[in-house]
Amino acid sequence: MDNLTQRARIQPILGVGTGIAAFVSAAIVFLILIFLLVFAWPAIRFNGSGILTGVIWNIGNQYGSATVTHNGVTAQAGASFGGLVFVFGTIATSALAMVMAVPLSFLVAVALVYRVPRKLRPLANTLVELMAGVPSVVYGLWGIVVLVPWVGNRLGPFAQAHLSWVPLVRGETGSGNGLLAAGIVLALMVLPIMVATLRDVILAQPPTIFEASMALGSTTWQAVTRAVFPSVRKGFLAAVLVALGRALGETMAVLMVCGAAINQFPSNIFQAVNTIAAVIVSQLDSALTDASGMAQRSLAELALLLFLITLVVNVVARLTLRGADRSAQ
Amino acid sequence: MRRQRISILASRAWWSVSVLALAGVLVVLFGIFWFVAVRGIPALRPALFTTVTSGVAGGLENAIAGTLLLVCAGLVLVTLVGIGTAIWIVEYAPPRAQDVSRFLIDVLAGVPSIVVGYFLYVVLVEGLGWGFSLVAGAFALTIVMLPYVVRSSDLALSGVPQALREGAFALGARRATVLFGVAIPWAIPGMLTGLLVATGIGLGETAPLIYTAGWSNFMPSLAPAHSPVGYLTYVVWTFISQPFPQAHALAYAAAALLMIFIFLTNLVSRSAVEYWSARSRRG
Repeated sequence: MDNLTQRARIQPILGVGTGIAAFVSAAIVFLILIFLLVFAWPAIRFNGSGILTGVIWNIGNQYGSATVTHNGVTAQAGASFGGLVFVFGTIATSALAMVMAVPLSFLVAVALVYRVPRKLRPLANTLVELMAGVPSVVYGLWGIVVLVPWVGNRLGPFAQAHLSWVPLVRGETGSGNGLLAAGIVLALMVLPIMVATLRDVILAQPPTIFEASMALGSTTWQAVTRAVFPSVRKGFLAAVLVALGRALGETMAVLMVCGAAINQFPSNIFQAVNTIAAVIVSQLDSALTDASGMAQRSLAELALLLFLITLVVNVVARLTLRGADRSAQ
Repeated sequence: MRRQRISILASRAWWSVSVLALAGVLVVLFGIFWFVAVRGIPALRPALFTTVTSGVAGGLENAIAGTLLLVCAGLVLVTLVGIGTAIWIVEYAPPRAQDVSRFLIDVLAGVPSIVVGYFLYVVLVEGLGWGFSLVAGAFALTIVMLPYVVRSSDLALSGVPQALREGAFALGARRATVLFGVAIPWAIPGMLTGLLVATGIGLGETAPLIYTAGWSNFMPSLAPAHSPVGYLTYVVWTFISQPFPQAHALAYAAAALLMIFIFLTNLVSRSAVEYWSARSRRG
């Protein structure tokens, strides 16, 4: 009985305590938004639309005392914070990754559900989980040591010799660090998210969908692509969007294989790129040397931009999922 | 008849493609494991565990201690905040607030970890002047791990059968008694799995730590602020681009250690789930 009264006594504290925890958790998203916005505000004023349209990222001349003032905000002379290269790289690497990973994840998921013997299924599930658990630096390490040399020494010269008629492939292929390597690493990293979701939503469907389609005379492949897949399309789409959000914000693996391009666009899929996430890591050291502090604030503006891009993608994913739940009911 | 034969052939061809795709992904996955094992395990000398990094050589004692310290500190925080949040969502929140907080937690799960790192850099490292520190790094890991912990605890607590709760209430138990005596014991396997998944994520994170924990060649001091902390993922990232074989060996060793830690976490979470579910079956 003593124990019970003790437990009853903590009841009001429990409600308040957990309420505070929940408030803190829910507020983090807003805190991130507000603090980045406040910190980046001078940069937003200084850069104007240049952050989205400018190509040149230059923290300005740090050796003189000359400064430049724009919209009432001061930076070092010659400073220019154009983010178009990074915005382009973010979208290009993620788009390339999705082009590879979406069809691949469909093929892998249906093979897992319909072709892997039931006894081996737990093992296959463990492998998918482990693949999702590999840290991004390990993907990056493999990328630097195995993938990049393969792209640079094998795939690149092969493409130059035989595929020079293909747009986006022709031209200088370089060392292997670049858009293609980043796309491949990202594709591997987001694959398990989509495979696991598609596997789960297919297994959650009643087997009658597959059987009915077979009874109507379709082949097994037709039953999967024309009867089962349409019934799980929305769930898969939501997983694709979550994976896209992950790819857009992925930092380390991309940073290690993208070639860290500054002030230039790639002219084919082999050349160096850079993404918003990667540039935040690779430029902060140099941004800290900016006497006016504007480079650091411009990086915050880029972080804010990345936050907003992934926010939109994830909210759309959420809404899609909600739609999928409703249509499933 | 001809059309039918073509569809059957197409079906067989597509199934072969799909099995090949699965095989291809497995080959790449095992290739990555093999690569880390072959290069990393020979680099795991005993001295690594007892000497600190000096420049780009030496050992990994500081990084191992730092990783474990950061993850443990993050776990303490995320257990308090994350499980607290889940309890509030399931037990106390009005339906509307339930929806909103679940939505916001899902949105937080989608925030890139580098953005979390830069946010804390602006607020804690620069704003409050804590410098690169254990607390800033632990906060970063907490925010990154939080959505996983909340989601799994939320699911676990929501899964407690209503009849169990009602039975306890009918016996005159109060809310807190039902929570601690009935709901939480039932939900513990799910909560524990969430915490272990979060541990795996925390162990492998880099981006949110670079500008919060910093890097240090020395053993982490327990000072909460003004004292940077080293961690394993940093070694993998930076030492592989150095032109020295000792640096490469350290990077491979750190990668192998990370993979071993993550495999162990995975193993523990699986056996824990089996143990708890066997126990709850026995009653």
